[in-house]
Amino acid sequence: MSMLQRVLAAFAAGFALLALVFEFASTEGAPLPVWEFPAVGAFLVLAILSLVRFRLKLSFWGDGGLAALGAMALMLALDTIQQAEAGYWFALVSAWLFAWLFAERLSGAISKGKVGDAVGMLIPLVFGVAILVAWEAITRGGNVPKVLLPAPSGIWTMLTGNIPQIAADFQQTFMKSVLAGYVLGCGSGFLVAIAVDRSPFLKRGLLPLGNFISALPLIGIAPIMVMWFGFDWPSKAAVVVIMTFFPMLVNTVAGLNVAGHMERDLMRTYASGYWSTLFKLRLPAAAPFIFNALKINSTLALIGAIVAEFFGTPIVGMGFRISSEIGKLNVEMVWAEIAVAALAGSVFYWVVALVERAVTFWHPSVRGGRA
Amino acid sequence: MSLTTDGGKSVSVVEAKGLGLTFKTADGDVIALSDVNLDIRRGEFVSFIGPSGCGKTTFLRVIADLEQPTSGTITVNGTSPADARVNRSYGYVFQAPALFPWRTIEKNVALPLEIMGYGEADRRERIRKTLELVNLEGFEKKFPWQLSGGMQQRASIARALAFDADLLLMDEPFGALDEIVRDHLNSELLKLWAATQKTIAFVTHSIPEAVYLSTKIVVMSPRPGRVTDVIESPLPAERPLEIRETPEFLAIAHRVREGLRAGHSYEE
Repeated sequence: MSMLQRVLAAFAAGFALLALVFEFASTEGAPLPVWEFPAVGAFLVLAILSLVRFRLKLSFWGDGGLAALGAMALMLALDTIQQAEAGYWFALVSAWLFAWLFAERLSGAISKGKVGDAVGMLIPLVFGVAILVAWEAITRGGNVPKVLLPAPSGIWTMLTGNIPQIAADFQQTFMKSVLAGYVLGCGSGFLVAIAVDRSPFLKRGLLPLGNFISALPLIGIAPIMVMWFGFDWPSKAAVVVIMTFFPMLVNTVAGLNVAGHMERDLMRTYASGYWSTLFKLRLPAAAPFIFNALKINSTLALIGAIVAEFFGTPIVGMGFRISSEIGKLNVEMVWAEIAVAALAGSVFYWVVALVERAVTFWHPSVRGGRA
Repeated sequence: MSLTTDGGKSVSVVEAKGLGLTFKTADGDVIALSDVNLDIRRGEFVSFIGPSGCGKTTFLRVIADLEQPTSGTITVNGTSPADARVNRSYGYVFQAPALFPWRTIEKNVALPLEIMGYGEADRRERIRKTLELVNLEGFEKKFPWQLSGGMQQRASIARALAFDADLLLMDEPFGALDEIVRDHLNSELLKLWAATQKTIAFVTHSIPEAVYLSTKIVVMSPRPGRVTDVIESPLPAERPLEIRETPEFLAIAHRVREGLRAGHSYEE
């Protein structure tokens, strides 16, 4: 075991001991001792017993099991306690330290090749679950007002209880505004980039104009687009077009210039025309730049569409829902929409990145080789 | 020395008369070529040798219509270099392989064929033939970055041969490779030259390479870039690598070295 692992193990057991000593929780002012929660008690006792690791060998799965047991016991305890006291927080810290220790030892085992890489997927999972458990425990055990921060369980209940409405919002904002705006914005940025590259006049005239458009504030543009294109999704798609156009334009213009002199000379010795040089050399060489813009735009588009819905919209859409529910202080619904937006944005980005890997497989950054 | 035909025996492929090229730079004019008179006949293997800045690459690029001369005349296959380029009458091999990393080896060789509009079946046949010529059979589906530097340069030679241009322009094609690979590729190149009967113009800065390969060696010197000596090689067409130890070979190498030294005499 490394120094860090020894310290983590010692502190995890130490905090478990403190949890047994201090007052655990209270309900209506009356203290609730820890032995009213057998699962928590079992976790704490096992946690202290884990100190035998300094004499005997203890598998990292043992630490993982302790972390899981502790997390589960503490979550269940939340149903009966009203206010968590020092003992509860020490137990939470102890469980959290076991999770850390587990991840630490697991990643060590992976780099030594003792377990398969697939098991490595557990590490981000442990990280995510640890955050959710801590969030749940702090909000409910500490009685944090819902308006400040609702518990994940509350957000989940809100999400699963309003599937049809959230699905309609998603359909309106993502499937219509975001996708239409993304395709139009990236497509026009790409085509204009090729025109700009072809004509020095456009390069001088249009590139600064594109820069100007990208500098326009979203909050100013959105209401104007509503005036122009109406309340429904086309005005939001227009905002997305404006947001995604410029990144695509500058990246493609830059990408079209990365093909080397030697490769261009080569095409010239073949008496290759403009279009055949464009399709066979310059666009493939520009692909990493173009995908860069596609990735940047995948998240920009979602932000643009959601914010645009704050400025006039039919009574459906993720941005509309966020702005109207926050007015009703129904914060759990706001968080549910945020969760859906974050998930959709991540999946969108991930899909674009996956296509990128397939198309630019030859690039040193993808195949992990030298140029 | 600019004889056009020798009683009908051989035809000029490249003919330069009083050729000059001056680059205009911020620091003033740079004379890359001055009064170059040269004749390359069909089937010859001509090497251009000289220190950097002597204009050997520039001359090759003028033949290929990649640079424009500022004075004098030059014809390629009896036409201007621009027409020769449009007629696809030469293949060019660069200092680096310049293979497209997103294309497999066979697709790289197919590149000029696609641009020049060869049919699918014809394309496949030519790819097979040229890859065989450079000993790259079995590597058709590999990507350039999966091959060694020597194999990549062989693929780029195959690409230049694929469309059957009679003239092959090679700009230090083996300059970046190690000595052993270079020897090997040099003898391969001679075999290829014998098999295809092409005219080859070859730029190098290696004296043994120039003497080993060429039927004619053009010695050049810098500032201004000019031709200082043209040596017709008396070596036989059949040249094993051991020929480099013979007195004839060493005598030519000596003359080349003298020519290079003469070009340098007024500096350093």
